[in-house]
Amino acid sequence: MSDAFISIQNVNKYFGTFQAIEEISMDIGKGEFFSLLGASGCGKTTLLRMLAGFESTSNGEIFIDGQPMSDVPPHHRPVNMVFQNYAIFPHLNVRDNIAYGLRKMKLSRAEKDAMVEEMLDLIALPGFGKRKATELSGGQRQRIALARALILKPKVLLLDEPLGALDKKLREQMQLELRALQRQVGITFVFVTHDQEEALTLSDRIAVMSGGKLLQVDTPEGLYEAPQNREVAGFIGNMNFFRGIVRRNGASMGAIEAEGLGTIEVPLDRLTQANGAPVDVALRPEKFALSREKPTNGHVVSGKIGTSAYLGDRSHYYVHVDGKADPVAVSAPNMVGQTNSGDLWLSFSPDSVVVLDA
Amino acid sequence: MSRDTGTYIKRPNRALQFYAMAFLTVLYVPVLFIPMFSFNDSIYVRFPLEGFTLQWYVELWNREPVWAALGNSVRVGAVVAVISTILGVIAARAITRYRIPGKSALVTFIMMPLVIPGIIFGVSLLVLMSRLGISLSLYTVSLGHLIVCLPFAVATLLPRFEGFDPSMEEASADLGENGWWTFWRVTFPMVMPGVVASLLLSFTISFDEFIMAFFLTGTDPTLPMYIWGQLRFPQEFPSVLALSSLILFVSFILVFVAQRIGRIGLNDNAIIEG
Repeated sequence: MSDAFISIQNVNKYFGTFQAIEEISMDIGKGEFFSLLGASGCGKTTLLRMLAGFESTSNGEIFIDGQPMSDVPPHHRPVNMVFQNYAIFPHLNVRDNIAYGLRKMKLSRAEKDAMVEEMLDLIALPGFGKRKATELSGGQRQRIALARALILKPKVLLLDEPLGALDKKLREQMQLELRALQRQVGITFVFVTHDQEEALTLSDRIAVMSGGKLLQVDTPEGLYEAPQNREVAGFIGNMNFFRGIVRRNGASMGAIEAEGLGTIEVPLDRLTQANGAPVDVALRPEKFALSREKPTNGHVVSGKIGTSAYLGDRSHYYVHVDGKADPVAVSAPNMVGQTNSGDLWLSFSPDSVVVLDA
Repeated sequence: MSRDTGTYIKRPNRALQFYAMAFLTVLYVPVLFIPMFSFNDSIYVRFPLEGFTLQWYVELWNREPVWAALGNSVRVGAVVAVISTILGVIAARAITRYRIPGKSALVTFIMMPLVIPGIIFGVSLLVLMSRLGISLSLYTVSLGHLIVCLPFAVATLLPRFEGFDPSMEEASADLGENGWWTFWRVTFPMVMPGVVASLLLSFTISFDEFIMAFFLTGTDPTLPMYIWGQLRFPQEFPSVLALSSLILFVSFILVFVAQRIGRIGLNDNAIIEG
C-alpha cells in the first residue's frame, strides 16, 4: 500500500522465550482511526508500546511516515501516547501538565499560555489551567492526557485503553467526543481496546489480535459481516456455528450440508472450499427469523424454542433443531401474544451465511 | 444497644493502652533525666534536685572547643547527608527500575550495616586507613558515617521509588524529554519529599554517631567525641549534660520533621494510581 502512514512489517517480539508478537504485518493509513482489538494478553498493548518506542522489536521493522523506527528512541518519535492510567504528573498543575512537551520549542510564556488555552477549549475544560492534577476526576484526567499529547501536534496519537477506567455512562460520552475530536484534528489514532463494542463504534478499521498473532484487519462492517476465521467470528458479536461439509454440484451450484440445518444452497462466490471439505457455517443470531407459519422464501428449518430472554426491544430465543446438540441463538422481535414455547419455523437468507474453514 | 464501641478493629482495649504507656515510659524516662539534671544547680547528679539554673548552658556557650566540635560535626553531617542521599537515590532507582539478578540479596547487602556492629566497621576501617597510610581526619570520619547512613538513606528513598508509577517516566519520554530531563522534571520532583527526609535523617545520624568517630577521628573531634573527652572531668559533667540535652532536642526535631516530610504525598499517590 503506497499511502500507508504507519507500516508494520514482519514484526516479532520475544520476552525471553515467550513470543508476545508473532510475525505481524499491517499498514495504517493517514488520518485513520485504527483499533487494535483483542482479549488481554493478546499482544495489542505490546504492539502499541513498540509504536511508541517503549518496547524494541525483536525483528521486523516499523515505519512511520516512511522513516524506519528501530533506532529512534521514544523522545524522538513523531507519536504521542495517552496512557491507560493517564500518567498525569501529580506535582504539576493542569497548565504545566499540558505544556510539558513544549520546553524544547523555545516559546515565550505568553505563546505557551495561548496554546494551552486553545487545548483547554478543545477538550472543553476552559479555565482549568490552575487546577492541581490531584483535584481532577477520571474523565477530566483523560482529557488532560489527550490535550498534553495533542498540543505537540503528533503525526500519530496512541491510546492505550484510555476509556477502561471510566464508568459506563462517561465512557460512552467520551467515545463520542473522542471520535469527534479525531475528525477535528485529523491525526491518525491508534487505539487499543479489549471492548469490541467500543472498537466497532469508534474505528475506521480494526485489527483483531489473539495470542500475539494478527487474525484479521478490516472495517467494523467487514469484521462483523465477513469474518475470515472462527476466532474473529466468535470474538466480534455473538455467532452460531454449525459443522458442515461442502457439496459442489457441478460448476453452477454450491451447497453445504450443515448439522441441524440440512443442505443450504450457497452462492458460489462465498464458497472457496473444495468439494467434500469440512467447514464451519456461521450465522449471527439476528440473521434468523422466527414464525408460526412456514415462510415461503429463504432456507427454512423447523425448531422448538427452549429458553428465552426478554430484552425489551427484542428477545433472545434458544431454539432446538434436530441434528444439533446446542440450541441455536436467535435474536428476534418479541413474539407478542404468543407462548414462547412450542414448534415454529426458523428461516434465514442463504446470503447471510458465512462459510469458514473448519 | 446504645453503647458505641466503635468498629471491630478500632474498639478500645484498656490493657493495650496501659501497655503502650508503660512501654513509652520505660523507653524515654531515663533519657529525660539528662535534661532534668542539666538544669540542676549542683555539679553532682543526684536527688534531691537543688534548684534551677542555666549556668551550665551559659558555660557551654562561652567555651571555644564546643563551637569547634559543633562546626566539625555540622560539616561532616552535611557532607555525609548529601553524598549518602545521592547514592541512595541512585540505588533506590536502580533497585526499583531495573531487572537485576539477585535483587533481594543486593538490598539485604545494602542494608547490612544496620546489623553489623559499628565497632567492627570502625576497627576494620581504622586498619584499612593505617595500611593505606591515610592519616585520620574528618574525611575518614565522614567515610565511616557514610557506611552507617547509606542504609537509612536507601530505606527512606525506596518506598518513594516503589510508589512511583513507571508510566510517569514513559510519559515524559513520550512528550519528548530524554533521560536527563525526565529525571529532573519528573522523577526528582516526585521523590523530593523522600530526598529531604533522607538528608535530614542522614545528617542526624552522622551528627549523633560516636563509635565510627571514636576510631576514625584525627585531631578535630566531632561533638560526641568532645563529650566523650569531657567525661574524664567530673566538674565538667553538668555542661556535658547540657550539651547532651541540646543534641537530644535537635535530633528529635530533625527526625520528627524528616518523618513528616517523608510521608508527604505518599497516600495521595496511592489514590492517583489506584
